[in-house]
Amino acid sequence: MDLVQMQKSLQDYTKSLFLEGVLDSQFLQLQQLQDESNPDFVSQVVTLFFQDSDRILNDLSLSLDQQVVDFKKVDPHVHQLKGSSSSIGAQRVKNACVVFRNFCEQQNVEACHRCLQQVKQEYYLVKNRLETLFKLEQQIVASGGMIPAMELGF
Amino acid sequence: MVCEMETDQTEEMDVEVLSSMWPEDVGTQADNQFNVEKPAGDSDTLKEVDIAEKRTMADLKRLPELLNTTDQGSSQLTNLVRQWEYMQDHAVRLLREELKILTKQREEAEAKELKIIEEHNFETEEPENVPVLDETSHLFRRFRQKKRDELVDSKRVVIDEEFDTVAYWKQKALSLEKMLEASTERERRLIEKLNESLKTMESHSAPVEELTQNLKRAEGFLHFILQNAPIVMGHQDKDLRYLFIYNKFPSLREQDILGKTDVEIFHGGGVKESQDFKREVLEKGKASKREITFETDLFGSKTFLIYVEPVYNKAREKIGINYMGMEVTDQVRKREKMAKLREDNAVRKAMESELTKTIHITEETMRAKQMLATMSHEIRSPLSGVVGMAEILSTTKLDKEQRQLLNVMISSGDLVLQLINDILDLSKVESGVMKLEATKFRPREVVKHVLQTAAASLKKDLTLEGNIADEVPILVVGDVLRIRQILTNLISNAIKFTHQGKVGIKLKVISEPSFASEEQNETSVWICCDVYDTGIGIPENALPCLFKKYMQASADHARKYGGTGLGLAICKQLVELMGGQLTVTSQVNAGSTFTFILPYKVATSDDHSDDQEEFSDMVDHQPEPDDTTEGYFQFKPLLGSIYSNGGPVIGNNFLPHKVMLTSPVRIINGFGAEPSNNTGQSETVQVGNGGYMDETRQNCPESGHEYGNGNGGCSSKESESCSSSQASSEGGVLEMESEITVSSSKEEEKTETSKPKILLVEDNKINIMVAKSMMKQLGYTMDIANNGVEAINAVKESSFDLVLMDVCMPVLDGLKATRLIRSYEESGNWDAALEAGVDIKTSENDQTCVPPTNRLPIVAMTANTLAESSEECYANGMDSFISKPVTLQKLKECIQQYLQ
Repeated sequence: MDLVQMQKSLQDYTKSLFLEGVLDSQFLQLQQLQDESNPDFVSQVVTLFFQDSDRILNDLSLSLDQQVVDFKKVDPHVHQLKGSSSSIGAQRVKNACVVFRNFCEQQNVEACHRCLQQVKQEYYLVKNRLETLFKLEQQIVASGGMIPAMELGF
Repeated sequence: MVCEMETDQTEEMDVEVLSSMWPEDVGTQADNQFNVEKPAGDSDTLKEVDIAEKRTMADLKRLPELLNTTDQGSSQLTNLVRQWEYMQDHAVRLLREELKILTKQREEAEAKELKIIEEHNFETEEPENVPVLDETSHLFRRFRQKKRDELVDSKRVVIDEEFDTVAYWKQKALSLEKMLEASTERERRLIEKLNESLKTMESHSAPVEELTQNLKRAEGFLHFILQNAPIVMGHQDKDLRYLFIYNKFPSLREQDILGKTDVEIFHGGGVKESQDFKREVLEKGKASKREITFETDLFGSKTFLIYVEPVYNKAREKIGINYMGMEVTDQVRKREKMAKLREDNAVRKAMESELTKTIHITEETMRAKQMLATMSHEIRSPLSGVVGMAEILSTTKLDKEQRQLLNVMISSGDLVLQLINDILDLSKVESGVMKLEATKFRPREVVKHVLQTAAASLKKDLTLEGNIADEVPILVVGDVLRIRQILTNLISNAIKFTHQGKVGIKLKVISEPSFASEEQNETSVWICCDVYDTGIGIPENALPCLFKKYMQASADHARKYGGTGLGLAICKQLVELMGGQLTVTSQVNAGSTFTFILPYKVATSDDHSDDQEEFSDMVDHQPEPDDTTEGYFQFKPLLGSIYSNGGPVIGNNFLPHKVMLTSPVRIINGFGAEPSNNTGQSETVQVGNGGYMDETRQNCPESGHEYGNGNGGCSSKESESCSSSQASSEGGVLEMESEITVSSSKEEEKTETSKPKILLVEDNKINIMVAKSMMKQLGYTMDIANNGVEAINAVKESSFDLVLMDVCMPVLDGLKATRLIRSYEESGNWDAALEAGVDIKTSENDQTCVPPTNRLPIVAMTANTLAESSEECYANGMDSFISKPVTLQKLKECIQQYLQ
């Protein structure tokens, strides 16, 4: 695959992520922050996000599987996940977290289980997509190309 | 023989004639059989059935009569007759057949005899040869004569040919005699047979006995069927008196029932109804059924299915009714139970669907409210910017027309801001998110300040007065912010609708009202607050919708006076949230009085040291000792003395407080339309706090104005021309404006020496990373604290120029942390923080630590949920907020506001 084509497909792919609502403009903010002094900023943040979220989701699963669910423990986790997903622009994870928190407030265990599944689903989706995105970027960089800047127009 | 047959027939006829007489007999018989006294003769077929005869009762005298006179009776009899007739017919037919056979036999016999006679025609002269029946049998005679006539010649021939021998004749005579004997014998046998026949016929013709048996069978059958049936049958005459009753479980004796009506026999529910029903049937002449529930002493509550038919006599006149009742209590009960179940089911289903609908609607409403709140929140920030900029613009040199346009713009913007604040307040109360704070405050001061604030922007010739009864405690505990909000709202409302006279607040202690819940402990005191005016009043028909959202007394008022129509709704909701009640009384053209009663906890007034930080009213800093107990205030417009005497003092003391942070720009702008003031303003900034305050006072005697501005936009609705005085309504940007002026003077010196120090308080690593990176791009570095406690320690250790504070954090959240920092700024010590349990690191710095001279700008980072609303941020001492996720643009704006 030649460079131009790769760049184009990266652009298309990124665009599709926005169109699907997997990412929102906050992700562009991250990309804006990436410069020569900090060339891997986005992937660093996202990697941190993955590590953090894996841990949170794990904790959440454990908490919700308890005989008596302690919502005081569950809610901060969800809040945390909501905050970080919102920070990197993982819009669908964030939205799922908002719903999740509502049910935490209502202390609805069953609904919380459903929400956790939903959050996980969205999380794995965004993780998958972002990993693919980074792979594409790496390929471009490896081929000596530039990562095309995202247009802010959509 | 023929004659005999005729006789037979006539006999049969006689029987038939007689049969018309038998109904009387049958009647008697039936009577006997239904009779209680006499056990019925068991018929053969029902021998094994034991019939308890005592169950029936009948008026024996009337019953036969009844049977005879009624259609039913006669039709029954007719049936019996018909049956009997049929049987008789059958018997006759049998007899006739037999007769036919006999006749045939006789004819044969006669034919034989004839033959013999022919053979011996010579003996014709002998009369003894004639059969016994010859005399009577005319036909036979004729026949014989005929024969004789025919046979004369041949006889003669025979005689002629015979020989007259004695022996021959003797022999002949002998044989003839024998034949005659045989004939006679036959004849005798026939007669015997005939007699026998006649006898059997007689036995057949005993109708009475047969009918009796039939009747017995019928009666036995009826008993067999009815003996266990829960049935009551009866006959009642025209007056509905019982003539006959059959009852399986009689609890009354014959004499108790017969000849009486239902009402005479029973008492209780249903009796009258059944009587009426029977009467109705009798009148209409149409049989019908009905279910009637009886509630009698005799047999308790029982439901009967009753069938009633009218009875006619032969002349088609009504003579009574037949009545049959079957007890269906259990069935009715079951049926009712079923119906009830079905009904319950239906109701439950309906409720379920209603519930799901309601849930759906509620969810929708909640979503809509959340949406509205978010929207409002989002709209407010840029709008505050617009209004703020417009205000700054108004300080520049403008011609008259431009200024007018700008004023309209600002006042419109203020109105929208007010509306949005109201909406946010409402949605917070409605969604139950609004939390009440319990702080100590002095009711007198609150009243005074509210009035002062109102007086400051007063443009009418009104007297504002406050009157507080002596028994009202000096210090109480409640949510002073909300109470001020209510008071301010009510006062501004009162001023708006009052053109002359007075507007005032009256406070008094009342006994616990009836609606108070039990939980209130005895330390609470109920204070009744009247906000009265001498305004236009409210017509009675407008009172009900007064507290409804977006409602004003009338469209005219709305046009004339403006406003959002949310103020009173919010007041009411707030008062109710605090466990009180808001009511209104009013008289058109005489004025209105809004009264709210609220419970407060009584606080002791001697612990001054720690209520300082909780006081939002800082009057205790003022050297006015009598202010705490003063019970009456009066404010008149255009009387500068009241404001000016405390003005500068207040100003200086209040400066570190948000409430006080009204920029000089606005003060000057609000009252000085001349360009000269604007130039003065720019100087003021450089001069510093004390200086500009003085100057301000000179420029406008109502400098008390600024005091009130921070307390909520009471005046915003009020002023159309007084441009910016009310712009202080909690809009973030305006507050920030003031911060700029305050901090900038300090900043200007500082920027040369060092880079501004920023503290980020945030627990989320990713957020920290992002924010840090953004700051880096903006050219700043940040210190990081992971929670409120760390933030407090950081603030204690070194001085920052800006704090970005996450609201929701573990250990200690941003709101509390901010409050503690503010408390430190006021008191110069961290006692409040220590008291709150914050683990504060002690260091050698402690000794040298002096209270900061400047207010530290703290900017909240909110997740934009209802729980983390901007009001709460402001109420806890934050200066502004940015909503998450943090973007470069937002950070940039923030830094521009506070650091440049």
